[in-house]
Amino acid sequence: MTDFLMPSLGADMEAGTLVQWKKKPGDQLTPGDIIAEVETQKGLIEIEIFEAGILESYLIEEGDKVPVGSPMARLRPEGSSKKTPETHPIQEKSQASKPLAAISEKTPSESSSSQKKTSEEIPRIKISPLARSIAEKNGIDLSSITGSGEGGAIIKADVEKAMVAKAGEPAGKETREAPSTAKTIPQESIRTAVAAAMSRSNREIPHYYLEKRIDMLAAMTWLQEVNRQRKISERLLPVVLFIKAVAKALESSPELNGIWDNGLQIQNQVNIGFVISLRAGGLLVPAIRDADLKSPEEIMAVLNELIPRARALKLRSSELSDSTITITSLGENGADKVFGVIYPPQVAIVGFGSIINEAVVHEGMLAIRPVVHVSLAGDHRATDGLSGSRFLEALNNNLQNPNAL
Amino acid sequence: MSELKKITYREALKAGIREALLNDDRVFLMGEDVGRYGGAFAVSKSLLEEFGEDRIMDVPLSESGFVGAGIGASLAGMKPIVEVMTVNFGLLPMDQIVNNAATLLHMSGGQLNVPVVIRMSCGIGKQLAAQHSHSWEPLFAHIPGLVVVSVGTHEDARGMLHTALEHPDPVIIFEYTSMLNLEAEIQIDAGHTDISRAKVRREGKDISIITYGIGVYKALEAAKRLSEQGIDAEVIDLRVLRPLDEDCFIKSVSKTHRALLVEEAWASVNISSEVSARIMENAFYELDAPVKRLGGSEVPIPYPLHLENASVPQVEDIENAVIKILRP
Amino acid sequence: MKNKNNLDPEKAEKLLFQMLLMRKFEEKSAELYTKEKIRGFLHLYIGEEAVATGIIQALKPEDYILATYREHAHALARGVDAGVIMAEMYGKQEGCSRGRGGSMHLFDKEKNFFGGNAIVSGHLPLATGMALASKKLKRDNITVCFFGEGAAAEGEFHEALNLASLWKVPVLFVCENNLYAMGTALRYTHAVQEIEKKGPAYGIESKAVDGMDLLKLMEAANKAVEQVRSSGEPYLLVCNTYRFRAHSMFDAELYRDKTEVEKWKKRDPIPKFRKYLLKENLISEAKVQELEKRLNTEIQKAVDLAEAGTWEAKEELTRFVYSENPVS
Repeated sequence: MTDFLMPSLGADMEAGTLVQWKKKPGDQLTPGDIIAEVETQKGLIEIEIFEAGILESYLIEEGDKVPVGSPMARLRPEGSSKKTPETHPIQEKSQASKPLAAISEKTPSESSSSQKKTSEEIPRIKISPLARSIAEKNGIDLSSITGSGEGGAIIKADVEKAMVAKAGEPAGKETREAPSTAKTIPQESIRTAVAAAMSRSNREIPHYYLEKRIDMLAAMTWLQEVNRQRKISERLLPVVLFIKAVAKALESSPELNGIWDNGLQIQNQVNIGFVISLRAGGLLVPAIRDADLKSPEEIMAVLNELIPRARALKLRSSELSDSTITITSLGENGADKVFGVIYPPQVAIVGFGSIINEAVVHEGMLAIRPVVHVSLAGDHRATDGLSGSRFLEALNNNLQNPNAL
Repeated sequence: MSELKKITYREALKAGIREALLNDDRVFLMGEDVGRYGGAFAVSKSLLEEFGEDRIMDVPLSESGFVGAGIGASLAGMKPIVEVMTVNFGLLPMDQIVNNAATLLHMSGGQLNVPVVIRMSCGIGKQLAAQHSHSWEPLFAHIPGLVVVSVGTHEDARGMLHTALEHPDPVIIFEYTSMLNLEAEIQIDAGHTDISRAKVRREGKDISIITYGIGVYKALEAAKRLSEQGIDAEVIDLRVLRPLDEDCFIKSVSKTHRALLVEEAWASVNISSEVSARIMENAFYELDAPVKRLGGSEVPIPYPLHLENASVPQVEDIENAVIKILRP
Repeated sequence: MKNKNNLDPEKAEKLLFQMLLMRKFEEKSAELYTKEKIRGFLHLYIGEEAVATGIIQALKPEDYILATYREHAHALARGVDAGVIMAEMYGKQEGCSRGRGGSMHLFDKEKNFFGGNAIVSGHLPLATGMALASKKLKRDNITVCFFGEGAAAEGEFHEALNLASLWKVPVLFVCENNLYAMGTALRYTHAVQEIEKKGPAYGIESKAVDGMDLLKLMEAANKAVEQVRSSGEPYLLVCNTYRFRAHSMFDAELYRDKTEVEKWKKRDPIPKFRKYLLKENLISEAKVQELEKRLNTEIQKAVDLAEAGTWEAKEELTRFVYSENPVS
C-alpha cells in the first residue's frame, strides 16, 4: 500500500486545495492519469499519477487544503495485496518541523535582557580601536585620559602619554602593598611618548616665536647675596628665579597659562612644567604646582626633591600631566638660546639659554654684563605676539627686581 | 637603469593593444568605430591600416550582440579585445557580461573558460552630462566571475592589457577618457602589470589614501601638497577592483592607522564601501581614527563645468579631508 | 540499404529509440520533480522531440550546439549520458555540470554541447561569436543555436542575426516555435508571426518546416546544415512545433485551451515516426517492444546513477568562479 501525496509542482508551491477527485476508490490507475484537480496560487492544476495501481481510499476530502507532501489518497500498487501503509519520509519531515515553531515562540530569553542591563552600566568611552588595544595591553585606565582625537576620542598618542605617566607613579593602587617595587618607566616608552607629543605639537600647533635678551646682573647679584648666608644644600639656583619670575609674569598674561581643547581654556592654577633631561636620553616634564604661590625657597625644595626622582624615572602621573605651561632651561655651559616645542595641550613654552656675558649698552655705555636670552613659543591659535611680548616684558621686570620675588 | 619615455595615456593604451596584436594571432580588436574612425578617442588610430579588417573589426551599434559575440569567440578559442566605446553604453551588454561571461565557468562546473577582455572608457571630466559621465566600476565589481581592473596610471595603460589577455577568465578594463591627453614619463621597459595586486604609488606613514582610476593622480598630488605641511600620506592604487587585493591595503592601514578612501563613483555602495568594510573586518584594532570616504555626489552628473567639478572629489577635497582626520 | 528518406534500419532504430528516450526520460523527470528529487525549474520538451532529433542527427561531433533551458532532449541527442543528465538535475556532482547547473544548465564541453542557456536569446550572440571564431581559425565546423519564438522578440536575436550575416559566419539558427513564450501566445507577441520572415531582413536564407514530423525535419536540417557548411554563411530554420506539457511544472495553463493541446497531441511525432517505420519495414513490432524494454532499463539506470550520486562538499562552494589555473 502506498500513499499518494500532494505533489510539489514548484519551489514556491507550499500547499494545494483539493477541488475535485477525478478517480473513485476502486478505479484502476495508469501512469499519466489525472487523479485530481488541485487549486494553487497559480490556478487550477490537474494532478497526474505516475504509478499504476488501484485507488484504495481517499485520505482528504474535496475542499481540503493540505501542504505539499501530505497524503491525499491510499493506493494499492499493481500486483500487491493489502498491507499496512508505509509511512512516507516526507510526512515525517513535515511532522518533525512542528516543534521548531514552538521553540521559536519562546524568544526573548532572560539571559539576553540581563546582558543588556550590564552593558548599559558600563560608561561608554570614545576611543580608537588601536588606542584601546594598546591601553589594554599596557593596563592603562581609560577613564583618566582626555582624548585629543575627533570629537574628543582617545587616540594612540593619548594612551602613550598616559603610559609614560602611569609608569612614573611610585605606587599605584595595585602596587600599594609593595611600594619598594614601584615600576620604573621604560626608557623606550619615554622616547615614544616624547616623540608622539612633539610630533603632534609640530603637526597641530602653529607656533610663533619671540625672543628677549634679559640683563641678569641684578638677579645674579641678589642670588650671590642670598646664597652667601646659606648652607650649600640650601642655596638657590638661577633657574628658581626663572620659574618664579615666569609664574609671576603670568599674572598679567593669563592667556599663556592654559590648554587648547577646541578653544583656549585659561587655567587658574599655575603649574609650571620643568623640563628635565635624562642621562640616557629623553625628557620628563614634571609640574611644579602653584609656582606663583610658592617662595623661591619652596621652589628650590621642590626641585631638589623632584630632579633625582625624575632621573630615577619615579614620578607620579599627576606630576606629569598637571602642567599649564612649560619652562626649558639649558643651565650652565649650554647653548645661548633655546626655542621650545609646545607640549600639547599647553599653549606656551618659555626657553632660557645659558647665562652668558655679553657686551650690552647700559645707561648709554657699552658694558660687559651677564645676560640670558629668553624665548617664548606660543600657540598662535590661542594667543598672538602681543600677548607674548607683554609677557616677556613682565618677565624682564620681575628679573630686574629679584627682591620682589 | 632603464630609460624613461614621455608618453600620453592614449599612446600607452595604443602601444598595449599593438603589442597584443603582434604577440598572438588569436587576438583581435572589435568595437564601434575602432577601425576606420580610428577609435572614438583615437586610441586605435592607424591600427586598421597595420593589421587589416580581420584583426580590427568595426561593429554595428549593437553592444549586446558584439559583446556576446566576443564572449562566444573566446569560448571557441579566440582572444578578443572587445571595446565598448564608453561605459555609458555598458549597461546594454550587461546581460552578456553577467549572465554569460561571468557565469559560464561556474554554471558548467568548471568546463567553459571565457578569456575575453572588455575595455570601456569611463569617468567624468568632459562636460558630457548625465548620460555620458558614468563611473560604473562598482556595478561591474559586484559580480563574481569577472576580473575588474582600473587603469589609473600610464604604466598600467601600457602594461595591463597583456596580462588581461593572458587571464583565462573575463577581464573588464576601465580606462579614463579625461586622462587620454595626460603626459607622463614611464620606463620604456616598465613591463606588464600584475593584475592580481594593488600598488602602493607613494609610501607614507601618517595616513593611507586608498583609491583607483582618476583618483590615483589626484591623490598623489594631494599627498605632495600635504607633505609640505608635514603630513606623510601613503597612496594606494587598488588597480584590481575584483577580486580586491585586500592584503595590500590592510597592511598599509595597519602601518598608518588611518584611511581615506577616494573615488569618483557615487558614494553609496561603491568600491570604497567594500574597502571600508574589509578594513573593519580585518584591521579594526589598528584604527586610530574612523575610516573616511570621499565619493561622487549622488546626483546625475550635471553639464556646467563648475557643477561637474563639484560632483567628484578634487585634489583640495582630498587634502582637506586628510587634514581633518589628522588634526581634528 | 537506405529508403528514399535516406534511412536504413540501423539509423531508424537509433532515431526512434532516441525520441522514446527523450519522452520517457522527461516523464520520469516530472515524476521525480513532484517527489522533490528534482527542484528549481523543470521545462519539458514533450511534443517537440522531433526538432532536436532531426537537427542534431545532421551534425558532426565537432559542430557546436547551443540550446535553451528546455534542453534535456538536445543533450540526449548529442550523446550526453542519461544518467549524467539525471544526476545533474538531482544536483549531484556526477552531473554533467557537477550539479551546479541543474535542469536548465546542461553543459558538456567534450561533446561540444554549450548549454543550457536560460536567459532568453542571451546565447544567440554567443553562437555568432563561436561561428566567428571557427571562421577566423579556419575550422570547418558550424555552430547550431536553438531558441524559441519568444527569443525572436528580443533585441539580441536581431543583433546576433545582423552580425552573423554581416560577418558571414557559419551558424544555423533553429527557432523552435512552440507558439507560446511561457504563457503568451505568438499572436500577442509578434507583429509578424512568421518568424522565417525575419531572416531575410538581415540577408539570411530562412525556411519554415513542420516541427512535428521527423522526416520533414531531417530533410530540412540536412539541407540547412549542408548549406551553412559549404557557404560559411548563416541560415534560419523555423520549426513549427508544440509542447504538450505546461511551460514548467508549476503552471495551471490558464492561457490555452485543452482542445488545442488535444488537437496537437494527435500530431505527436513519436507515434507518427513509429508508424512510418513499421509501414516501411524499417523496424519490426518485436524490435519496438525490445526498444521499450531497453528504455525502461536505461531510465532506471539513469535514476540509479542520480540516486547513488554524491553531493559536492560545501567547502567547494566557491570553486569555478575563477579558473583554478590562473594563467592559461
